[in-house]
Amino acid sequence: MTPLRAVPLDEIESLAIGAWILGTGGGGSPYLALLNLRKLYAAGKVVSLMDPATLADDDQVAVVSNMGAPLVGQERLTDPATIARAVTLMEEITGRRFRAIMSLEIGGGNALQPFMAAALLDRPVVDGDCMGRAFPEAQMTSFAIHDLCMYPLTLVDVRNNAVIVARAESWKWMERLSRTACVAVGSIASTCKAPRTGKEVKACGILYSTSKAIRIGGAVREARRAHRDPIGAVVDAEGGVVIFRGKVSDVNRRATEGFLRGTATLDGLGEDRGASFRLAFQNEFAVGWLDGAPRVMTPELICLMDTVSGDAIGTETVRYGQRATVIALPAPPILTTAKGLEHVGPRAFGYDLEFRSVFAS
Amino acid sequence: MRRVGIDVGGTNTDAVLLEGDRVAHAVKTPTTADVTTGIERALARLLEESRVDRRAIDAVMIGTTHFTNAVVERRGLTRVAAVRIGLPASASLPPFIDWPTDLAALVRGEIFMLAGGHEYDGRPIAPFDSAGMRRAARRIRETGIRSAGVTAIFSPLDPSGEEQAALILREECPGLAISCSRDLGRIGLLERENVTLLNAGLVDLARRTTRAFVGALGGSGITADLYITQNDGTVLRAEAAAKHPVYSFASGPTNSIRGAAFLSRLDQAMVIDVGGTSTDIGALHHGFPREANNVVEIGGVRTLFRMPDLLSLALGGGTLVRADPLAIGPGSVGYQLTTRALVFGGGDLTVTDIAVAAGLIDLGDRDRVASLPARLVTAALGRIHAMIEESVDRMKTDAGDLPLVAVGGGSFLVPERLTGISRVVRVPHQAVANAVGAAIAQVSGEADQIFQNLERDDAIAQARRLAEARAVSAGADPSTLTVVEVEDLPIAYLPGNSLRTRVRVVGDIRGSSPQQ
Repeated sequence: MTPLRAVPLDEIESLAIGAWILGTGGGGSPYLALLNLRKLYAAGKVVSLMDPATLADDDQVAVVSNMGAPLVGQERLTDPATIARAVTLMEEITGRRFRAIMSLEIGGGNALQPFMAAALLDRPVVDGDCMGRAFPEAQMTSFAIHDLCMYPLTLVDVRNNAVIVARAESWKWMERLSRTACVAVGSIASTCKAPRTGKEVKACGILYSTSKAIRIGGAVREARRAHRDPIGAVVDAEGGVVIFRGKVSDVNRRATEGFLRGTATLDGLGEDRGASFRLAFQNEFAVGWLDGAPRVMTPELICLMDTVSGDAIGTETVRYGQRATVIALPAPPILTTAKGLEHVGPRAFGYDLEFRSVFAS
Repeated sequence: MRRVGIDVGGTNTDAVLLEGDRVAHAVKTPTTADVTTGIERALARLLEESRVDRRAIDAVMIGTTHFTNAVVERRGLTRVAAVRIGLPASASLPPFIDWPTDLAALVRGEIFMLAGGHEYDGRPIAPFDSAGMRRAARRIRETGIRSAGVTAIFSPLDPSGEEQAALILREECPGLAISCSRDLGRIGLLERENVTLLNAGLVDLARRTTRAFVGALGGSGITADLYITQNDGTVLRAEAAAKHPVYSFASGPTNSIRGAAFLSRLDQAMVIDVGGTSTDIGALHHGFPREANNVVEIGGVRTLFRMPDLLSLALGGGTLVRADPLAIGPGSVGYQLTTRALVFGGGDLTVTDIAVAAGLIDLGDRDRVASLPARLVTAALGRIHAMIEESVDRMKTDAGDLPLVAVGGGSFLVPERLTGISRVVRVPHQAVANAVGAAIAQVSGEADQIFQNLERDDAIAQARRLAEARAVSAGADPSTLTVVEVEDLPIAYLPGNSLRTRVRVVGDIRGSSPQQ
């Protein structure tokens, strides 16, 4: 790709759709962030996307995300000025200017947060993230898997409140400390994570995931326009597999330790008639069993999609009677290494399963 | 008890007289452009033909899609002042942000965004800016805007911000119509605000329309109270309903579902209403339509409030059929069925022609479809049945078999056997099921709130008490209240075992009983 290219609004629209699919059931809807970007673009802003390969080794990169409860976000909304303040506060602390901004997670609304900050701060967005999907906790990133430094972190809210987590003993401590501050300001906050050097991003980031999300969303929109199967378009474009087609026959949710946990069961339709598929989730879909046998598991991407429209279905919105298709997309290679699986494999979510790729069989 | 139910549809205005739980008389008249004339004609015919003593009628219920049509067709709307309370939160996405441009141009008057609002746990986001509110109110008075929509962040949990704003607006702007989001929508700021602004844009039309309805009733010599039916199958007194026109947006399909329940004596069933151009499928749960818990678009505006969960199909008696390759719809000849269908001498092959050729119904001139290939008729009917079967199954929320009540002019299209359906129930007066549904409506109350550190049962009990208090203040007889819906959803990322609980109760209109 070219070192720096302007992203037109049409691609932002595709990004929102693709990011919601890569959210694997969680990550929060990108809708409100998309509204902000439409408004910024209408006011003449255009954000550029930067090829990470063109970062200099000592460039500074801001890693941003909104954290909190999606339901609170539906009331408090989201604001480009807040995420931009998290970035500028970090610059004040470190005394170094960021060359570019990147996303913590490409799955869900956080795929669009760096674009909101970038539009106000006039910096490019790095084509990449450090999850390649959505995950519920801070230690579930490629930077954590590579044991990079996890501090400092800045956290700001819409008021004049800001918290700096100056040090943390571990990624899990960073998660705990920042989560506590987030709850104190109303369970929604904008954060700038530990600054990364260009060298770290190039070596440890999940590169070109922004382009991937734009591509996935574009495939869905193109298929809809041509009245073709949007799910087939995603699978073909990204080397995914269709795992199961059915109807949601049972949903069970509970909130524990601040997470939305539960299961959704599908009864097979068409070629899968007679079979049953069970999906377990912790904010995102984590494991899927076909007739009781594990079939697909984290960190590979388990996406539940409306069979007809191709819209992604979230763990908060899945409900009885939906015609849904389970697809799997490959995980970024770093996540399926032995170290990667310690952070984001099935055991990290409490499932005593040996990771087996659906793409190996 | 004697009640009159009137349903104003796009094509017909239906009226029924209910004596106790018996349909004493029913009439169908064409809907008129001004709505009221059609109602007057329907009432006049009903009274004349049934020879009922007009002073012996206890209540009149009207269901109308007038307000939905006003939004969809962009007419009769007034300019409103939008007041948002919640700064510094939500600043970048002002009111009307996701409205279609043409509709926003008609409804958007002044926009005021002020500090205030609440967190999910009841703490204020910022102190309420009462001085700013007063300045805004004076500006509204200067501009001559007559309707305002007020929305505060997390007002379903703490309505005090909206209440303070309304108080100042009433002081500064006598005669201003005030719509508060807490009375209208659910959690989800933009969707709740959208409902509030639609409501504010419609109150003028609602006042005029309701006044005309009351006039029509007075002209007929009926002295009973007038009620307007709501999306959830309940009614509000006309004066109260005029303040909340959005609550009658979906009363047409709702009344069909409720009427089907009443006529079939079932309270757990699926209902299918097959009309001329479309089919609505809903689920009957404890005698009421199951509610949608997702975003519903009205005239291109995203909303989230009390609406029935409906699946609409472009399938009806007037739906066009293409032979090769076989296609059913989505086009339709609509109200021109009686001139354009083959059996009526027209040139278009419609679903009605297929049904006549298959011997499902006797309409028009049967000879005109005698030459249709038998294979085409079988294949088309097979496709129609498959569409209905799949759609009904989509709307089921239980794995067990349920009965299906089939109503509407096109109900002959519903096959006798469907997967997941124990039996297909056909009822007398099915063609006026919607007017029957209007006539039997009750009063409801709802609570939708987040509870923390409460056991599930305690949270539901608290929500129930709130819902009951609201039903009673809306005119329900406390001794008749029953819970019709309980829903709870644990919330991710909130501390302390947070549970969002929604409870809805209904009761009979005070001082009367639906059964004699």
